[in-house]
Amino acid sequence: MPMIEMNNVSKWYGRFQVLAECSTQVEKGEVIVVCGPSGSGKSTLIKCVNGLEPFQQGEILVNSISVGDPKTNLPKLRARVGMVFQHFELFPHMSITENLSIAQVKVLGRGKDEARERGLKLLDRVGLRAQADKFPGQLSGGQQQRVAIARALSMDPICMLFDEPTSALDPEMINEVLDVMVELAQEGMTMMVVTHEMGFARKVAHRVIFMDQGRIVEDDKKEAFFGSPRSERAQQFLSKILHH
Amino acid sequence: MLALDFSFLTPAVISGYIVKGFIFSLQLTLIAMLGGIVLGTLLALMRLSGRPWLVVPAAGYVNTMRSIPLVMVILWFFLLIPLVIGRPLGAEISAIITFTLFEAAYYSEIMRAGIQSISRGQVAAGYALGMSYRQTMGLIVLPQAFRNMLPVLLTQTIILFQDTSLVYAIGAYDLLKGFEIAGKNFNRPVETYLVAALLYFVISFSLSMLVRRLQQRIAIVK
Amino acid sequence: MSSWDWQVFCKDTIDGEVVPGCFGGAGDVTYLDWLLSAWGWTLSVSALALVVALALGSLMGILRTTPHRGLVLLGNVWTELFRNIPLLVQIFLWYHVVPTLIPPLRGVPSFILVVIGLGLFTSARISEQVRAGIQSLAGGQRMAGLAMGFTLPQTYRHVLLPMAYRIIIPPLTSESMNIIKNSSVAFAVSISELTLFALQAQEETSRGIEVYLAVTGLYFVSAFALNRAMLFVENRVRVPGMIGGGGH
Repeated sequence: MPMIEMNNVSKWYGRFQVLAECSTQVEKGEVIVVCGPSGSGKSTLIKCVNGLEPFQQGEILVNSISVGDPKTNLPKLRARVGMVFQHFELFPHMSITENLSIAQVKVLGRGKDEARERGLKLLDRVGLRAQADKFPGQLSGGQQQRVAIARALSMDPICMLFDEPTSALDPEMINEVLDVMVELAQEGMTMMVVTHEMGFARKVAHRVIFMDQGRIVEDDKKEAFFGSPRSERAQQFLSKILHH
Repeated sequence: MLALDFSFLTPAVISGYIVKGFIFSLQLTLIAMLGGIVLGTLLALMRLSGRPWLVVPAAGYVNTMRSIPLVMVILWFFLLIPLVIGRPLGAEISAIITFTLFEAAYYSEIMRAGIQSISRGQVAAGYALGMSYRQTMGLIVLPQAFRNMLPVLLTQTIILFQDTSLVYAIGAYDLLKGFEIAGKNFNRPVETYLVAALLYFVISFSLSMLVRRLQQRIAIVK
Repeated sequence: MSSWDWQVFCKDTIDGEVVPGCFGGAGDVTYLDWLLSAWGWTLSVSALALVVALALGSLMGILRTTPHRGLVLLGNVWTELFRNIPLLVQIFLWYHVVPTLIPPLRGVPSFILVVIGLGLFTSARISEQVRAGIQSLAGGQRMAGLAMGFTLPQTYRHVLLPMAYRIIIPPLTSESMNIIKNSSVAFAVSISELTLFALQAQEETSRGIEVYLAVTGLYFVSAFALNRAMLFVENRVRVPGMIGGGGH
């Protein structure tokens, strides 16, 4: 049974179609990289997975729970799906520790001390224990994104979604974030990652999805995708990205 | 529970009581707007001149006006103008002078923001073409500032239109007064206040819709 | 009117005799007593109206940012309604019209009606500011809150509002100062606040300039004190690392 399953998902903004009959599956423990030119719908697609963006047609199942079903308790589902954003989206008015514990306490109902302990452990893991009492505005972009990953992990997610986690970062900070993600992938976390970092894809991805104009154009094993992408658009895209 | 009865508001009553007040409210709004924008622009230029003998009085004037309730300003002028000119002055004339001088303070803050929003490069470009200060301001900076700030200036004018009702304090005959007197004479105060509120609402709301449209247009041109 | 006559404030309001010490004793009221009590009324009307305006303005501003069309419409209608009718007309509506149309409100003192009128008028402006504050946070913070499993109310409570309110403290400050200024329209329905005092004392004593100066001065002092208080709050809730914040 796949962790994430999408069947013919379509979405419109007014009359403009942003997603067209997208179907794919992510198995437990699998790492999927989603790439494509800007405006191809990849960010929208990943936000549909935990219901942050509504969609009009098709269905998405996460751990066999239907995301689009109005009866589904979305907060409960989202609490189990970790998400990391392009612009980090730490809560600026809370210290790093509070950022890590607030949802554990308010959503999962954990005790404050337990939540703090768990948060500190994860901070250790992303190498930022020393920053525990600072505020997000006092950290660099790379550090903020590592905190954001720790924040998502603090909820003990069954899978993780990454929406262009490194594209807002200065080049010298990209690797510190990618290292954390690689480690996570190697530990067997189920991950769906929207990114242009092909090095990351080569290293840990099982499959690569290429999107263009709201459609999933390629959905291949990593080796096949990098070896010989079938569509011309994907070839063009790859040559641009890799020679970059 | 009393039944509302608007039938007394015949065309004759409207032209007899309301129109006169309405015309004065519009006059007051338009004169105070035009005069206020001219004076306000001058005040803004003074504040941005960098010369302390211009900056200090202009800033003092603007800040004083902005920190006193309009009703008190209306009362002050009504008290002071006769002392200055040596003879009593009608409430209507007093209101026109008051509103022009009072609104100048608010318009000047808007024009100041507008002028500051024009990049220094534009001023430099004016001087580089051999223009004088007056030419640079008049031909380059102010037209752009005015255009950028047009929606805000108009929004302030809508507030001004609503505030004209405060001439109630000195008994000037404006739109609200017209309704009030009609309401008293026909013993229908509830109906007249309701109609007055509706009329003010329709005018202010439609003007604010127009401003919103204008804003979108300007945003597109930018 | 050639020279000052500040003794006017020491006069008894009934017989016009100067009272030693300027404060009236048992039964006697000087203009100074009256001025101070009028100041009290101005401050009470302003403070209570501010509470009403903050509560309802916040609620309406929040409604306008929710994903529910009906709630957005409610917030929009509320805001446009109370923003596009002059304050004085609204006060008259509360004083003359509402108690007639809704009989149970007939016994409500005019002080309360003015507080409601001024409060609702200002709530429209505060609703605009709260909406703008929430929208300035962009969609990312809302999504981040929801993605953590927060419900929509929790997302507002823990994520959106704490930042939105910090952002809008400056415009809220000037709106609070406006409330003090706007409370002056209460004179029109015979609330014995500063402006009504100014009007009546000026007429009784013919010392208009002294009376107006005193009243204007008290409006200044009130607004200034409020401004300082809000600055204190602004500094207290400042977030380290944000613009203008404590830094590293």
